[in-house]
Parts: sequence; C-alpha cells; structure tokens
Amino acid sequence: MTDSGTTKPWDEVSERLLRELAPQVLGVVARRFRDFSSAEDAVQDAMLSAFKQWPQEGIPENPRGWLIQVASRRMMDTVRSEIARRQRETAIAPEEEPAIEPAEMETDMDPEDTLVLLFMCCHPVLSKSSAIALTLRAVGGLTTAEIANAFMVPEATMAQRISRTKQSIKASKVPFRLPTPQERMQRLPAVLHVLYLIFSEGYASSAGAELQRLDLAREAIRLTRGVRALLPENAEIAGLLALMLLTDARRAARTGPQEELIPLDKQDRSLWDRTELHEGMEMLKLALSKGAVGLYQLQAAIAAVHDEAGRPEETDWPQILALYELHQRVAPGPMVTLNHAIAVAMVRGPEHGLECLLALDNDERLAGHYRLDAVRGHLFEMLGDSGNAIQHYRTAAAKTTSLPEQNYLMTRAAHLEEASKESSSGLPAPQSQR
Amino acid sequence: MKYMLMMNTMRAEAGVPTWPRADLQAHIAYMHNLNRELRQSGELVSAEGLSFPDRARLVQAGRDGAPITDGIFPESKEFLAGFWIVDVESPERAYAIAARASAAPGAGGAPLNMQIEVRPVMGGPPPEML
Amino acid sequence: MKYILLMSSTQAGVTGYHTWTQSDRDKHMQTLRTVIEELKGTGEFVATEGLAQPKDAKVVRGEKNGLPVTDGIFPESKEFLLGYWILDVATAERAYAIAGRISAAPGPGGVPTNMPIEVRQFADRATNAH
Repeated sequence: MTDSGTTKPWDEVSERLLRELAPQVLGVVARRFRDFSSAEDAVQDAMLSAFKQWPQEGIPENPRGWLIQVASRRMMDTVRSEIARRQRETAIAPEEEPAIEPAEMETDMDPEDTLVLLFMCCHPVLSKSSAIALTLRAVGGLTTAEIANAFMVPEATMAQRISRTKQSIKASKVPFRLPTPQERMQRLPAVLHVLYLIFSEGYASSAGAELQRLDLAREAIRLTRGVRALLPENAEIAGLLALMLLTDARRAARTGPQEELIPLDKQDRSLWDRTELHEGMEMLKLALSKGAVGLYQLQAAIAAVHDEAGRPEETDWPQILALYELHQRVAPGPMVTLNHAIAVAMVRGPEHGLECLLALDNDERLAGHYRLDAVRGHLFEMLGDSGNAIQHYRTAAAKTTSLPEQNYLMTRAAHLEEASKESSSGLPAPQSQR
Repeated sequence: MKYMLMMNTMRAEAGVPTWPRADLQAHIAYMHNLNRELRQSGELVSAEGLSFPDRARLVQAGRDGAPITDGIFPESKEFLAGFWIVDVESPERAYAIAARASAAPGAGGAPLNMQIEVRPVMGGPPPEML
Repeated sequence: MKYILLMSSTQAGVTGYHTWTQSDRDKHMQTLRTVIEELKGTGEFVATEGLAQPKDAKVVRGEKNGLPVTDGIFPESKEFLLGYWILDVATAERAYAIAGRISAAPGPGGVPTNMPIEVRQFADRATNAH
C-alpha cells in the first residue's frame, strides 16, 4: 500500500496539503458509495491514519489515491458488516458485494465537491455549532480531537455532536449535489455565516495540557479562500475574506504577554501584518468593484479605514461614521448603534456619542449586556468625567462573562481612579507595596 | 490523583475588585503564571472562573417536567467563584498548589490568603450521596 | 456555553441517603446514568464527578514558612459539594432543563428527590478577534 514516500520532513505545509485533500476524497467516496455519513467517518479514519503514518514513512507519491484507498477499504468493511448483519437478521441469500475499485474512483474527482460539502455542512436546518463542527471536520480536514480541543470539550462529546449533525442531514434528505444557482443564493449566507463564526469564535488560551493549539481564524481564512476559488465572481465571499484578512492582520497586537486584551486604539501597529493588510485591502477593492455592498464588505471597509491609519490619531473617523450610518440603514441593530455612537463621539464629541446611547437604554436586546456600559464608560472617559466612566466600566466588568474583557474593564477603571486621585490631590497616587 | 480546588466567596464580597491598577495587574499575572506552570507540568486538568453569584440559579424538578428556577439564596451562602481540577502525585502536592493559589496578591500586593477547599475527586460513577 | 451544575448536601443529607433501600439507590443511579448517556448522545456532556466526603477535605489558607496552612474542620451542619456536572449547551434554559431532569431523579419509594441544583455559567476565556 505504501508507495515509496518522499523524504520531505513533515511540516505545516504538509499538514495543510493533507487537510486540503480531505474534502476531495470525501466527495469521491461519498458519491461512489452514496452514503455521505459513513463516507465522512471513513475519511476521518483515513485522515487519522495519514496523520500517524505520513510523518514517519513519508508522504505517498499519490496522497489522494492513498486516502481514497484507505477510506474505501473502511467503507467496504462497513458495507460487509452491514450485509452480514442483514443476513443474520433476515436469512436472505447472500448479497453481491459491490465491486468498486478504488483506482477507478480517483477519476471521479469533481472540483465542485468541496462546494457541495460546504453547502451540505452549513445547511440552514443545522444549528450553528453543529454546522461549525461538521464543516471543520468534513471540509476542513481537522481531526475530532483537534476540534474538541479548540472548543474545550471531550473528544467523545465532539464525535457525538458531529454524528448527530450528520443524522440531521440524513433526516432532512439533503441531496449530495451542488445546489441550483437559485438555491445557492438562498443558502450562501448560511455558509458565510458559519465561516465567519469559525473565524471570530476566538479560542481560549488556557486549556488542559499545552497541546498545539488549533488556529481557527487561520482555518476559516483557508476555507474561505477555497470557497472563493470556486465562486470567484461572488462579491460577498470576497467581502468576507477581506474582513477576515483585515482583522487577522492585527492578531499579533491584540493580546499582551498575559493574554490581556489590547484595544485597537492602544495596539502597537508595527506588529500588524503588512502583507495580510495589503491583501485584505486589495480583496476589499475587488469586492466593492462587483457592485452591491453587502454587510461583510461594509464591515471590511470599516476595518480597512482603521487599518489604513499609521497611528490611532490618523484614523479617518468621518469615513467610519459614514460607513456606520450606511450600516444602520442597511442592517440596524444594537451593536451597530453602539459602534455608531463611538464614531459620533470621535467626530462630533463625546456628548453627542452619549446622546446616541440613550436610545439603547430601553432596548430589550441589550438587557444585561455589558457592552452598553462599556461604551458609556469609554465615552465618559473621553469627556473627562472619571466618576461616571469608572462606575460604568465597573458595572460592565461585573456584567461580562468574558474574563479578558473583565480584566480589561476593571484595569481601565483602576487606571482612571488613580489618575483622578493624582490630579485632584496634585500628588502622585500612592504606590502599592510589592 | 485528581483533586478539586475550590475558591469560594460570600455574595457580599463577590464582584469586580476595585484595587489600584498595579495590584490588579499583579493578581492577573500571578494567576496566569500559576496556570501556565500547572499546564506545563501536566498537572492542570481544568481551571475555570464562574460568573458572579447574581447569575446563579437554583433549579429543582418541577411538577410537569419543566424545571423551577430562581435566583434566591440564603444571605450567608458561600458561592463557588472558581475552581481548579489538578492531577497530582500526592495530596501534599494538591495542598501546595492550593497554597499558591491562596497566596495570590490583592490590594497593596499583600497575599489574599483566600480559603481554598481541597477535595479528592472520585473516579467513576456520577455524583451520588456516598 | 459551558455551565456547571453543583450538587450539595449536608452531613445529615448523606446520612439520610444511607437509609435508602439498595433498590431505590439503584433506580436513582440508573436515572442518572440514562441522563449521562443522553447528554453524551446530544454532544452536550463534558464531565461529571463526585467528590470525596468532607472528612477527606482540607481547607488551605495561604503559606507559612513555605508550607500550606491547612485545616480540616467542617461544621456538621455546613453544606458541602457532593459533585458536579459540566455541560456545553446552547442556552441557559437548556442547562436548567437538564438540571431539572437530574433533580427529578427518584428517591425513596420512587418519589423524585427534588434536589436543588445550583447552575452557574463559566466565564469565557476566549480572546475574540478585534
């Protein structure tokens, strides 16, 4: 079975290539055996074998063929034991084993399979967390253990989740074919939403053992690039990719040495990834040139304005304000209003920003949510009203369930408290004993 | 052997500390470093902070299958603020880790000496009244 | 979202449990096992553990001369944690519903124990993209 493999050392590139093969192999095997769910299990097994053997024995000359062979062997085993079970139960004459040559199947490859899988795994009938888990495994080529680690649940739990998701797909009778152009238009938003959630979910920095952490943001970018290659004319996908790149470019600057949160206006911009920024800007231009401005393009445009500024003081806030005003017309919501209020504050002054927030005081959707207090705190701080700023920061800190946010907000409050003591007494704030 | 290290708080005490920034940062760094060490030594199974007591709910079985939920607890109740699960060679090691956690610095940089309860975790069957 | 379900009792409660018939205890455990299997099936199960009795507990309060300061005394009437369940669920309501199921597990004579279960949400440690 093992061809004489290459002696190339196993590295990140090899890993990525292996992952990219997963949906291709799955497409072939699923169509041949007409069973997406079992095929997906079989391919996952083949992936696990590859992850174990290839680093040791080298990458086979025909890696895709190798995976197809291993996966189909598993499928044959599954089929045989299913036949045996049925025979035992019904005492019918032995069935013919389907004669399928793995070598044949190689030519079955269809470049659109990845798209078929993506639409299937992101089907609107599935919950977002189900879709995310299945997409990462079936399309992303990640192992169950890797996905479980990323979401900090036991592997068995994640395996079950994925199993259930596939059962839902089966029950919904989703056919294994590319959706029609009309269906595609309808279902693409769900796909993009799943990809966006994978990107923005973030990951906990402390989990169990110091395992190699899976970078979900990078996986999301990789998957979105893949979709874009298959639907190059689609402006929304380009917009989403632009948004991801323009956001991801800041990754090195957004957390400090204690994993603490560093907000945009305090980040060391020299740490931003210039290449990613540039690519994001180009992608945004491309997306906008295609006509209608969707939400991802809009958010990418806002990110681009931030990213263009060499220093926070150089940020083109009037531009950002205009973009948020557009956002509010196209897709209003409390979070948009909050961000709009910040932009208003930056352009017209914090009092005006605070006025914008009044509309949110009775908004049910924000009840108990920390961000309203956090933004109020920020605007009061801009205004120079330390007392109110501190109060709102601390209220926000008490409301948030995010530890990094909590740490950030209470530290901000403490900082303001010291600064106001300093200025009121004319003396430096008392030094704490260490 | 697995141990659960529990950090409790009275409802009145629970909340965001209002210490000076340097003290907050020292505390955050201390806990961060402790957890990192435990991860590197392979002793950390989990370390979690819980949301504040105002979000705690007490649930009981309802008559028709729907749970009865309320947020009313006795004034004197101690709430779990956070916990560690550690997998260690000996009880002494568990107590030593608890002591480290307990001594985390607070206001003025002084060790908080929080009470940390240390209990062995039973392997196997679900919690039952043993 | 991750939640922890806390099951507590007092020494008196534990003593009471020891008076159940074996059959009642088996039925109780069976119900809990069924819930675990269901939750494993839905992918919501993370963990469940029982803790050793308080007589095996220590309370650690800081360090003195490099050694933990420990104390093992628990008042007879004090409530202590028996064990916990950790779940990963989509909504708080789902966490409460599961707690309700556990609370309804049968006690003596098949009557639901109606055990009060404290439900707490984990703080989230993720640093999201910004």
